[in-house]
Formats: sequence, C-alpha cells, structure tokens
Amino acid sequence: MSDALVPYDEALAAFDPAMGLEVHIELNTVTKMFCGCPTEFGAEPNTQTCPTCLGLPGSMPVVNGKAVESAIRIGLALNCDIASWCRFARKNYFYPDMPKNFQTSQYDEPIAFDGYTDVLVDTADGSEVFRVEIERAHMEEDTGKSLHVGGSTGRIQGADYSLVDYNRAGIPLIEIVTRPIMGAREKAPAVAKAYVAHLRELILGLGVSDVRMEQGSLRCDVNLSLAPIGTGELGTRTETKNVNSLRSVERAARYEISRQAAILGSGGSILQETRHWQEVSGVTLSGREKSDADDYRYFPEPDLVPVAPSEEWVRSLKDTLPEPPRVRRDRLQKEWGFSDLEMRDTIGADALGLVEETIAAGASPQAARKWWLSELARRANEQDVDIASLPITPAQVARIQALIDEGGINDKLARQVFDGVLAGEGTPDEVVAARGLAIVSDEGALSAAVDAAIAANPDVAGKIREGKVAAAGALIGAVMKDMRGQADAGRVRELILEKLA
Amino acid sequence: MPDIPGASRVEISRDEVAHLADLARIDLSDAELDALAPQLSVILESIASISEVAADDIPPTSHALPLTNVFREDVVVPCLTAEQALSGAPAKEQQRFAVPRILGDEQ
Amino acid sequence: MGDLIRRSAADLADALAAGETTSVELTRVHLDRIAEVDGAVHAFLHIDTEGALAQAAASDARRAAGQLASPLDGVPIAVKDVLATDGLPTTCGSKILEGWIPPYDAEVVARLKAAGLPILGKTNMDEFAMGSSTEHSAYGPTHNPWDLDRIPGGSGGGSAAAVASFQAPLAIGTDTGGSIRQPGAVTGTVGVKPTYGGVSRYGLVAMANSLDQAGPVTRTVLDSALLHEVIGGHDAKDSTSIDQPLPALVDAARRGAAGDLTGVRIGVVKELTGEGYQSGVQQRFDEAVQLLVGAGATVVEVSCPNFVHALAAYYLIMPSEASSNLARFDAMRYGLRVLPEGIESPSAEDVMRATRDRGFGDEVKRRIILGTYALSSGYYDAYYGQAQKVRTLISRDFDTAFYSADVLVSPTAPTTAFRIGEKLDDPVAMYLNDIATIPANLAGVPGLSVPAGLADEDGLPVGFQVLAPAMADDRLYRVGAALEALLEKQWGGPLLDRAPTLEVAR
Ligand SMILES: [Mg+2]
Ligand SMILES: [Zn+2]
Repeated sequence: MSDALVPYDEALAAFDPAMGLEVHIELNTVTKMFCGCPTEFGAEPNTQTCPTCLGLPGSMPVVNGKAVESAIRIGLALNCDIASWCRFARKNYFYPDMPKNFQTSQYDEPIAFDGYTDVLVDTADGSEVFRVEIERAHMEEDTGKSLHVGGSTGRIQGADYSLVDYNRAGIPLIEIVTRPIMGAREKAPAVAKAYVAHLRELILGLGVSDVRMEQGSLRCDVNLSLAPIGTGELGTRTETKNVNSLRSVERAARYEISRQAAILGSGGSILQETRHWQEVSGVTLSGREKSDADDYRYFPEPDLVPVAPSEEWVRSLKDTLPEPPRVRRDRLQKEWGFSDLEMRDTIGADALGLVEETIAAGASPQAARKWWLSELARRANEQDVDIASLPITPAQVARIQALIDEGGINDKLARQVFDGVLAGEGTPDEVVAARGLAIVSDEGALSAAVDAAIAANPDVAGKIREGKVAAAGALIGAVMKDMRGQADAGRVRELILEKLA
Repeated sequence: MPDIPGASRVEISRDEVAHLADLARIDLSDAELDALAPQLSVILESIASISEVAADDIPPTSHALPLTNVFREDVVVPCLTAEQALSGAPAKEQQRFAVPRILGDEQ
Repeated sequence: MGDLIRRSAADLADALAAGETTSVELTRVHLDRIAEVDGAVHAFLHIDTEGALAQAAASDARRAAGQLASPLDGVPIAVKDVLATDGLPTTCGSKILEGWIPPYDAEVVARLKAAGLPILGKTNMDEFAMGSSTEHSAYGPTHNPWDLDRIPGGSGGGSAAAVASFQAPLAIGTDTGGSIRQPGAVTGTVGVKPTYGGVSRYGLVAMANSLDQAGPVTRTVLDSALLHEVIGGHDAKDSTSIDQPLPALVDAARRGAAGDLTGVRIGVVKELTGEGYQSGVQQRFDEAVQLLVGAGATVVEVSCPNFVHALAAYYLIMPSEASSNLARFDAMRYGLRVLPEGIESPSAEDVMRATRDRGFGDEVKRRIILGTYALSSGYYDAYYGQAQKVRTLISRDFDTAFYSADVLVSPTAPTTAFRIGEKLDDPVAMYLNDIATIPANLAGVPGLSVPAGLADEDGLPVGFQVLAPAMADDRLYRVGAALEALLEKQWGGPLLDRAPTLEVAR
C-alpha cells in the first residue's frame, strides 16, 4: 500500500523533474455553459437542472456568451493568442456523473493558445520570476456530483452505491494547460504552488470566478515525470488529481518526485496512470487504470456552431483587462509602504488579497500585514489549511484592530479574540463581550497604570517600600480612578505590592 | 442496385468488435459478436471507397449551413423541479439519482 | 360533406371554419378510425384519446370565441415517437426507453399545441430512426396500407402509414437520410424534409444531429405547406436554427396548383436515375418530368458526380454521431435498467453494459459499433474526416447543379415497397433504399416527395422527389403542387383513392 520514497534531495541529485499543470476553473456566470440553469453553490440537490444539463433525450445546448467572453479574457490575461474560429467537440467516455456520457469540451481548436505567465517564486535568497508557458485554455462543462453510500469511509472505493446530484453538471469550466515546466529543479513544487496561487490572483482580478479551491471552483491536476539528470528528456508521467489546496499542490509534487525517484532508482519504470492525492496522509494513491482513457473519440459537436470572435471584440476585451498581478503588486507595495521583504512575505503567505481587503475595511497596512502574517498564517500552518480558508473575514480582522485602536483591547487580548472568532463564537465584538475581554483585566494596562500612580505619588510609594502596607490604599484609589473604576482592585493591590517590594 | 465504386476488402476481426463493444459499453454475447464481425466487414467494405475520394485541399463540412457565434444571454431560465428531473429515474434516494457502485476515478 | 377522414387538412380547416364540423368530432372520427384499422396497420405506438379530445374541445372553445390560434387550429395530427411530448410516452421505437415520459415538449410539439392541433398519438418508427422499413421497431413493424405484407418505408413508416390509411390527416416525421420522403414514396403520400435548420430540432431525439430534420407528412402538397408554416422558423433553443423568416410556402403551393411552371428550370440528376431503379419507378418518373414540361418548365440534365459517394459518407457520419448520441442511454437517469445475471453486486458499468445489450436492437448495436469504429483514434481521419470532406464535395455538386436548374428531381426511392422481412438480413441492401434521398441531408438542402403513380409491375406507389437550394423550400411546394394537380387531373382524383380498402375491425 505505502510506496517507497527517496529523500527529496537524493531524488533531485539523480533526476530532473518535468511538470505539467492542468487547472480547471469554474466560471462565476449566472447560468450554466449550455443552458439557462442557475449556477449558485449549495442549492438543494437536482433543483438546478433542465432537459439540457440532465442530458434528456432530445435536449440541445446553446452556448453562454458570457462564458465565451470570460474564456477570452482569461486567455488574454495569460498572453495567449485567441482563435479567430474554433469549435466545441465531444469527448466521449462513460461516467455516471456525466449526463450525456460525453463532455462537451474543446479538442484541437481551443479558444486560447500559446501563452505564458510570469510567476514569482520564493527562493532561499529572495524571490525569482519563473516563466510558465501556457499551451492552451479551453471551454468545457462540469460534471454532476456523486455521494458514495456504504463502505467504510464513504469514499468511492468500497461504496455500495452512489447518489448523484446534477446541479453542478454543465457549469462552465475553463481548463488551463501548461506546457511541460522544465528546469525548475528543486523549486518545481514551489513553482507549482506559486503558479496556482498566481493564477488565482489573476482570475480574481478578472472577476470571472470565485476560484475557491475548498469549494472546488479551482481544481488542479499535477502531471509529473522524472528524467535522468541532464538528459533533457521527458519521462513517463503520472497525473495526480484531487489536489484541493495550494499547500497540497506543493506537497503532491514533492511526494511524486520522491516516489518516482524511488521506483526509477531501483530499476523500475513508472506506470502512466491517474493518481489521487490523499490530503490527510499526504500521499498519492494509484487510481483505476482506464482501458479506454486514450480513446475519447473526439469529434466536432454537431449541435453547436463554431465560435468566431471578431477582432474588434477581442481588442475591446484586451483594452479593458485589469492590471496584471505584478503591476498590481508594485502599486500596492508603493501605496502601503511595504519593504521588499514585507511584500514578499505577504505574497508568500498567499495573503496579498486578504491584506488588501483588510486595509479596505479600515486597518492600517502594517496592522493588516501583522495580523495575517504572524497570527493567522501561524494558525493556518498549524491546522494545515490555506490561509484564505480560515473562518475569519478581512473585515473582522480590521474590526479587531479597530478595537485595539479604540483602546478596548490590546494585542494580547486580540489574540484571544482571534481564538474566539476562529472557534465560531461570533463576531469580534461578540467574542469580546462573551469572553469578558475588557482591557481592565489586562496585566500590561494595569501594570502601566500602577507605574503611573507610583510615579505620580513618590511619597506614598516610599512609605510602602518601607513596609507600610496600609498606605497602598491611596495608590489603589489613584489607579482605579485612572481606569474609570473598571480594574480588579485586588489585582491592582498585588501589583503595587510586587512593584514596591 | 447501383454499385458503390472502389469497394475494397476491409476486415474487422471478432476481437476488434469486442473491443469496440467494450468502448461502447454493450455486453455483446458470443453469438452477437460472431454475427456482427462479418456484417461490419461487409458494411465497411461498401464504404471504404470514401478514403480515396477527397483531395487534401478539400475542407471538411461539419455543419450544412455556415452559421457562427450563436450565443445565449447569461440569464436564468426556469428549471425543472427536482420531482420532474427525477421522474424517469430507475432508482432515487435523498432527491438524488441512485446508481450502482461506481468503479474508479473520483472526480 | 363526404367522409371526414378522407379529406385533406386544408378541407377540414375549411369545414371547421364553415361550422360543418367541430374539432371534437374530427378528433373522434380519427380516434375511431385508429381503433378500427390500426390493429392491422400498427402505425401507432401510443394513442392519447383523452389528451386529444381535451385539446379538440379547447380548439372548439377558441373558435366559438373567435380566437383561432392558426389556420390548422382544430385539425388533429399524429407525431413520430422520436419527438419529446410532455406527459406522453416517448420511446423512439426502443425498449431502452419503454415507459419514459418526458417532462418537456419538443419545440415542434410545443408549436403544434400552440397552433391548436390536437395530438392523436405517437407513431411507430425504426428504433431511434435507424432503418428504411420500420421493421427495426422494438414494438413490431408497421404495415403498408397498400399491401399489409409490405413495409411502409422507414424510419417514419408509422407516420406515413397513419396518413395513408386515413388514421390522421397530418403527421410529423423526421428525416435523417430520407425517413420522411422514402416512406412518403412507398405509401403514396407527401413528405417534406425542410432545409436543415428550418425546423427546430429541440426535443427531437437525435440520431445524427447534423442531418436530422423534422417535417410534414401529409396527403397533399398544400397540407404540407400549411403544416410546415406551423412548425418552421427560428428557435433560440436550437443553435443550428436559421434566424430568418420562412419563405411563403402556402402561397407557393397555391400558385403551383394553378399549373403554370413557365420559366422554371428543372434539373434531372443523371446519377439518380437509370441503373438500379425499378422499371416502373423509372417509367412514372419520366412521365412526370414530361408533365412538368407540358406545364411550361424547361428540363436540363445535370450531373452530380460525387453523389455516388453520398451513401458511404452517410454511413460514416450518421453512425458516428449516433454512437455518441446514444451513449446517454445508460440506465442511470431514465429508461430501462437491467441488472446483469450472475453478478453479485454489479457496478454501474456492469449495469450499463447489460442494459445497453438488452435495450438496444440489432440495427442500433450495429450502428453504434460502426460509429465507435469510425471515430476511434487511428481511423478518424480515414473515415469520419474523409466523410466530412465528401460532404463538401456533395454541397459543391448541388451548388453547380442549382446554377443551371431551379430545382432538381429524381425518383424518391429506387424501388416500390418490398416485402416485410425481405431485406432484414442484408443491411447493405437495406441502406440502398436511401440512395436518392441522402444527398439532400448531407448538404442540408430541402426535399419533397410527391406521389407519381403506381408501378406497372406491382401496382405499388412511386414517389417523385424535388430538391431545392437551402432556404428555397417554397420552390418544392410550387413544383410539387403543380405535379400533384396535373397527375390528379389525369387520375381523376388522389392516388390514395386507388388504395385497397382496409378491413375494418369492429
Ligand atoms: Mg478537461
Ligand atoms: Zn440546465
């Protein structure tokens, strides 16, 4: 069951990894790719279907023009050529979650092709720009979703039967395929992660998808192969699916390098197969070998007519593209006054958008950066999740900072507020109220008030130092007055006696 | 009957038919396979001439009329109810289509 | 007033307008006729007595209120079982869809309902429209009213036989390689395949999407024109639908019936006559051409050299598209589900395989395998790719021919109706029935078949085919109606008057 692995460094010493990344992005159009059914996430099962997306006999597809526009914009943002004439094709294979038993996709005539995008990758000594070449971006439709019943784990393996909901069937997808990424060496897993993060940023900027990995609106398959070092050849590749977070992209690539190196190193050969990433155990497992995987019997979809975007249309879409991620970063860095290091850490933590939204919600750039990069990045790391999927919003982070600025809490208390919000106890204000996190119970504030009282009453302090403990009452009174009566008098007394002992 | 010109021998083996049936998810019996292979050979023979007809520079026609860019507005159209959607289902449960256990790749 | 069931739809519309009859009465007499003769003919797979009468009553109410929905409001119709009908079984002649009741209407059906035509029921067909004889229906063959031992053509034999045996004044057929026109020819009725894209395919269960077209099946050319105007025109739910108004079809039919074809150039397609065509078929065809000349038309011979490859191209494109279209019949969402024997806990894939084996008939399996082969990697370019190129050549042949002729003509089918079972074991011989009709489907041009008389050797109906350029469907009606008028003048009445009387079951 568990595969032999070679330590990563050893693997790299012997082999060159080549990587291909296939990313599926669910567009955020209001309706599906080929019918007018809504695409809203989380509806009751089978309430968002019609004859077309159920594949009922006689039904026909009609292309969503907005989806084509989104596809072209994505292609342009990836510096692709846009096809002046292209068609949809049928990809024929049987699967119960695919209502027609063919996927309406694009085959040899993608809407966008031959592009590239420059990705910022973290390195030991700073960061470097890595160019990822884009082979194609094409339009297709999503499948339904299966619920597996019975069996030990509720997974597909060992299930007794499955229950299918076709609400997702027909939602527009853009599949973005890279050319083989060569020469990244030990950075290959980091490049993979940085590329997906970059793509997410780019797509968010375009506003054409929510690109939420945890909801499946961005899905990544990692193709990876090894070749003996220096040969420049392409080895047999595996395709790892089910990679549902940025961290997993990096981990899965790293794991496959170690796994394949072990096989090749002991004289074995790699099986061309689909593998599945296991989030919990951090390994990839072999999928079923498909006998007909290579024979999809593609042919042009006869129910649809060709898509032939006019030059004017493409030009107008190009003219209205938002600023590219690198331009945006430079602008934000200037606006926020971040050092290069601060900027790099922010991007490395995948927190640029979160910080931006937190600032937009009223926090200062430094405060926003501080909370996301120290407090929240640490927690995401501990919980092994993407920072964006933590159950706290930028607006809530901004509110916590506002509470500090208003003097309601301090940094130390703020950490407890984060605990509460992340634990689902409510908004920052609700957590402060429920947990009684008034600043008066805070040591630092009390200590400062005590210090101030001592400084303001040197005579009384002197008496206490001399052992006249009863004199403490005067200082306690001063502190209580300073704190508007909301301090714990017993604790204030203790502090005074400690400081003047 | 008019003859189809250029007919040539095309053999399709029983194994090949079995493979095609597998691709097409049809559980053909041995008797069906035996019957189908020679029939398909005859049909293919009668249409094999096609491979020599058109020159390389002839463009293919996938659509009889040259329409392009037929698009729909991104506007919601009323759906079927779940009851209608499931009305033909051989089995259903929890407002979903109940299907036998699925082999293979998780999506 | 005559026997209501023998009158044309146009006549019935007039009778309704004149208050001579009601839609309920018309619907009832046709339902009665179905009860009397369909045991022998087997044109129908499903009869909707209640629904048809309710629609008829609604029509009568509209008429009383002076709010007619169309010129054919109240005239009943039969619909080929390949079109989805909301609440009515739709089987496509297949066991795999036995009992399936669609939750939606095909656009053609929706337009019939909107136009007020009561739907009598669904007509028999070759399974998934795959055949030229209606013998491949999983529910048993339809019989030709001219000779019950013979085939009524196919795949729309049910619709043609229903109209020929006076069970319905009108019917809808679908034509992928001739399935409206060829049954029309062998049953002595009129059938029209409109320009591809002229009638919505939404809700038409696809055999070959790039070839399929629904159209009228009637007893007169004028009736076809009237029905064509009801069902035709743009539909946004079909991406291949033509977004232009239909030509004036009824006007063209009326003009043609006046009998003057002065200035009309008629092209006889050299490759669609002569050798391979039954002598009686050829004879009636030649006489018909002479009648058209007599009406003022000029005749030229045109050559369409690539038509000889049409059948081969068709038998690659059609099964390829069909193999993909029929993949959805997999026992998961609707239709038959067969659990394989001897397997403990069958997987979805096991169930698919068993269901598709049990649910599909031999001809359907044959075409699925053939299409799977033609699309397979390694064969695509040699077969499907080449076939699409031949399609281009055939379109160019049409373009050239229509340069010198306004319409092209040929016999509709090479023979008259053959005996049930005669060609069942010889798929290639069966496929040759569509040799003259297939080119129009490949090029998307419209075609019509009109009765040309009876072959001397067997006394069975012969069809005359008229083809026109894309979107010039009006020319079919002008020439077809002219020929019909001239022939009926010779015969002293409609050809169907000479059909044997069917024994009536009481
Ligand atoms: Mg894909
Ligand atoms: Zn839908």
